[in-house]
Amino acid sequence: MIFLKLFIVFSKIGIFNFGGGYAMLSLIQNEVVEKNHWLTNAEFTDIVAISQTTPGPIGINCATYTGYTSVINEGYPAWSAILGAVLASLSILWLPFILMLTISKFLLKHHNSYIVQSVFRVMRPAIVGLIAAAALLLMSEENFSSWDESPFAFIVSILIFCFAFVGTRLYKIHPILMIILCGIAGLLIY
Amino acid sequence: MTEQTTYLQLFTIFSRVGLFTLGGGYAMVPLMEKEVVTDKQWLGHEEFMDILAVAQATPGLFALNMASHIGNKLKGVRGGIVASMGVALPSIIIILLIAMFFHAFKGNIYIEKIFRGVRPAVVALIAAPCFSMAKSARINRRNLWIPVVSCLLIAAFGVSPIWIILAAGVGGFIYGRITSHHNEEHPIR
Repeated sequence: MIFLKLFIVFSKIGIFNFGGGYAMLSLIQNEVVEKNHWLTNAEFTDIVAISQTTPGPIGINCATYTGYTSVINEGYPAWSAILGAVLASLSILWLPFILMLTISKFLLKHHNSYIVQSVFRVMRPAIVGLIAAAALLLMSEENFSSWDESPFAFIVSILIFCFAFVGTRLYKIHPILMIILCGIAGLLIY
Repeated sequence: MTEQTTYLQLFTIFSRVGLFTLGGGYAMVPLMEKEVVTDKQWLGHEEFMDILAVAQATPGLFALNMASHIGNKLKGVRGGIVASMGVALPSIIIILLIAMFFHAFKGNIYIEKIFRGVRPAVVALIAAPCFSMAKSARINRRNLWIPVVSCLLIAAFGVSPIWIILAAGVGGFIYGRITSHHNEEHPIR
């Protein structure tokens, strides 16, 4: 029964996923391609590419698409594949949700205790470093192109970066508006 | 504020975050901060960072973990469910549509063009709040080493952010334990 298996596999992926979407991709690949053979490696690569170019958390995108394709590949009709897609996505969510809810209740109750506050007092500066590191790591060829690959694309990328940085920081342009503007810019420029 | 918040509002805000998060993970942080902290003021800047740390160190997807907590804070368990569904639903619907009807989406030249414009912007959106966060985190000369070392370990040595958060948490716990009897009558804030 593919649906029961999807539920078990994706619940497992959800709870063993530390480190967000990208870490989840390798877990999904391992379970869905290597262990259960629901998808081929090429199919999975396509799904990852689409998950990255659609809105929303990559883990959810990938789970939805993988659930859908797995059910189709097992020979079920398309309407039941929709069920598989929704099932896979929800299976990934429910265990972390319960865990996070428990933590959330604890935090709301003890947020002002001395120990919790001193834990956060050290964590907060660390988070700033974490986000800075994320931004640094994203300044990659993948996101900005490179001088060797295409000087034009590289310069445009840097200009867009500066525009978005100054726009949100100094002029408080809404991030959503910024994303739409830069998407239109990309469409017109390239 | 909390009294006026409805489930519909919660759902709308979080689905907007889900819908406009391109690139996953940290790309969601500036959006959520703008919607939830700056505009709606459902949480303060510090609390937002606290929950960011917790969401990062907890299994599951970052954006969903944050939504669960914020929803729970405002409207209890049901609020948590509504907020999480808000983040997840745009994803599920869009992917289903692509899987069913637009399989050619992948190689689409216009999508590729849009993305070439959006990607550098997303990096800027992630980088920009670092400065305001540094202020909320009360970074000063004495604790400046914490973000610098964290950033270096992750970006240059490939250490997983989870270890950084856990180490910071343990460090803060020990520090709190050592100093607690001196400060029992003067808790922080």
